[in-house]
Amino acid sequence: MMWDKLAQRNFYGKALAVLAEEDPNVVVMDADLAGSTKTSEFKAVCPERFVEVGIAESNMIGIAAGLAASGKTVFASTFGIFATGRCWEQIRLAVAYPKLNVKIVATHCGITVGEDGASHQALEDIAIMRAIPNMTVIVPADAYEAFAATKKLAATQGPAYMRLGRAEFPAITEPGEDFQIGKAKVLREGDSVTLVGCGQMVAACLEAAEQLEAEGINAEVINMSTIKPFDTETLIESVKKTGCCVTAEEHSIIGGLGSAVAEALCENCCVPLERVGTKDTFGESGKPDDLMAKYGLTPADVREAAMLAISRK
Amino acid sequence: MTEYTLPELENIANKMRLHVIEMTYAANSGHPGGSLSAADMMAALYFSFMRHDPSNPNWEDRDRFVLSKGHVAPILYAALAESGYFPVEDLLSLRKLGSKLQGHPVRGKVPGVEMSTGSLGQGLSMACGIALAGKMDGKDYRTICMLGDGELQEGQNWEAAMFARQAGLTNLIAIVDRNRLQITGDTEAAVGLEPLPEKWKAFGWNVIVIDGHSMRQILEALEKAANAKTRPTVIIMKTVKGKGVSFMENNAGFHGKACNEDEQRRAIEELRAVIQ
Repeated sequence: MMWDKLAQRNFYGKALAVLAEEDPNVVVMDADLAGSTKTSEFKAVCPERFVEVGIAESNMIGIAAGLAASGKTVFASTFGIFATGRCWEQIRLAVAYPKLNVKIVATHCGITVGEDGASHQALEDIAIMRAIPNMTVIVPADAYEAFAATKKLAATQGPAYMRLGRAEFPAITEPGEDFQIGKAKVLREGDSVTLVGCGQMVAACLEAAEQLEAEGINAEVINMSTIKPFDTETLIESVKKTGCCVTAEEHSIIGGLGSAVAEALCENCCVPLERVGTKDTFGESGKPDDLMAKYGLTPADVREAAMLAISRK
Repeated sequence: MTEYTLPELENIANKMRLHVIEMTYAANSGHPGGSLSAADMMAALYFSFMRHDPSNPNWEDRDRFVLSKGHVAPILYAALAESGYFPVEDLLSLRKLGSKLQGHPVRGKVPGVEMSTGSLGQGLSMACGIALAGKMDGKDYRTICMLGDGELQEGQNWEAAMFARQAGLTNLIAIVDRNRLQITGDTEAAVGLEPLPEKWKAFGWNVIVIDGHSMRQILEALEKAANAKTRPTVIIMKTVKGKGVSFMENNAGFHGKACNEDEQRRAIEELRAVIQ
C-alpha cells in the first residue's frame, strides 16, 4: 500500500506550537531531549512556558505535578524508556494518585528506535503505565492521529500517557480526522478475523488484511489507539462477528494491547486470540525495518497469526 | 490574623504534640518520633509565618506547604486541625478505614494538604513546580517544603536542589528536620549526610542553621528566608527526634511505632504538665 511516511514526534511538536497560541495554561517540559522529542517547537514560540529540567526525569515529574497543582496543563516529554520506567513511582504518587493534569508524552518508543539498542527500546511502557489507576494510555496510529490526540489531551483534564515513535510511520488516517479518547475505530470491515492494532502496527494490520483478502479471507481491522480506558464494546461487537482475534503492537506481548484484549475477551466473549509483539525479550541494535522483521512485527507476521487464529476457531 | 507570642506558639506546638501521641495511639501505628521533632516549626509556620485561610483552603494567594517527609502526617494533620481546616475530633480517625486522614497525606482528601507524599525524596520537586508556577504567574506566594534528614539520601532531592537554583526560585524555602535518626539509627552510620550545610551551599542555596526547638530562632530564620533575593533558602533545623516526651527523645524505636497504653499515659502526663 502507498502511504505517506511521517514522524509522529514532528506532529506532536506542531500541535504543541499551536497550543502555545491557543492555550495560555499549557506548560511544556523536557529533560535535555527537546530537539529529539520536538518539544523544541514549543520552546521556539513560547520560551517563557518551556521548562528545561536537564537530565533528571524523576525531578521533571515532581515539578510537573507541582505546576499542575497550580493550574497548569503540563506536557512532559522525553524518550519512552526514561519517561515511564525511570520515574514510574513518581508518576504513580505525584501525578496519578491526585489525578493531576500532567500529560506524559514519550517519543522513541518501541523497537524502531533502532541503532541505539535495547537500553533505549521501550517495550514495556504500555504495560507499566496501564497498570496505574487514573492513567489514560494513548498510542496513536500515525502522525496525524498524534497531532489530534495532543490537542484532545490538552482539552481533557487528568493524567495521561501518550506513546510516540522515533521513525517515520505510514500515515493511515486523514489530517483533521476526529479523535476521541477511549473510542476505537473500525478501519475495515470483515467477518473472518479481527485484527486489532495500535501505533504503527495498525498499518501492518491493514496490509495483512490486503494479503488475506487476496486469499479470500475478509479481515476486520480496528485501530485501538486508546489502550485505557479500553473500548471493550467495539472489540466484542467485532469478535462476535468474526469469531477470532489477532493483536499487533510494537511492544511486549506481556501487559500491553495483547493483554488488554485478552482480558476483555476472557471476560466477555472467549474466542481464539493470537498476539503479535515482542516475545518476552529485549531488543538490540539494528535498522528499524530489520528489527521489525527479526522480532516478528511485519504484516506477514500479522497475516500468519490471523491464519493460526482462524484455524483455532 | 492573630499575632502570637513566643510562649503562645510554644504552647500550640505542645498541644500539637499531644494530638500526635493521641492520634498514633488510637491508630496503634504511625510515626510519632519525627512528628514531635517538627512540631515547633509546624506551629511557627501555621500560626505565624504562613499566609493562609483555613476557611478558604484554595485561596489563590496562599502560601503553599509541601510535607516531603510524608510519614509525619500526624503533625501536619494536628496543625491543620488546630488552624481550623477541620474539627480537632477528626484527628482520632487517623489511619482508620474510610478516614480522610490517610497514613500519608493525600491531596484532595484533606483541606490544606497540597500534594500527595509518603514516598520519600519527591516533595522538593513538587515544591519547585509550585514555586515555578508562582513565578510564571507573577504571584508572590511562598512555597515551603519540609524534608526529613534521612530522606536526603534520595538523589531526587539533589536534582530538585540544582533545578531550584537554576530557575531562581527565591520564593522557595526548604526546611530540613535534622533529628539525626532514621529507621536504622544514626543517619551518619547509615549513609552520612555531613557536611550538610556545605552540600546545600555548593548547590547554590542560602543556608541557615538553627536550633529547631528555639521558637525565636525559627521565626528569625523564616523571616530571613522570606527576604531572599537571589537564591532559594534552606533552613537546617537541628532537632531532637521525639522532642517533648522524655523517653521518646533520641529514640529511633519511636520512628514508626506508636506508644503502648502505659507509654501514652506517661507521654500525655508529661505534655499536659507543660501545656497552659
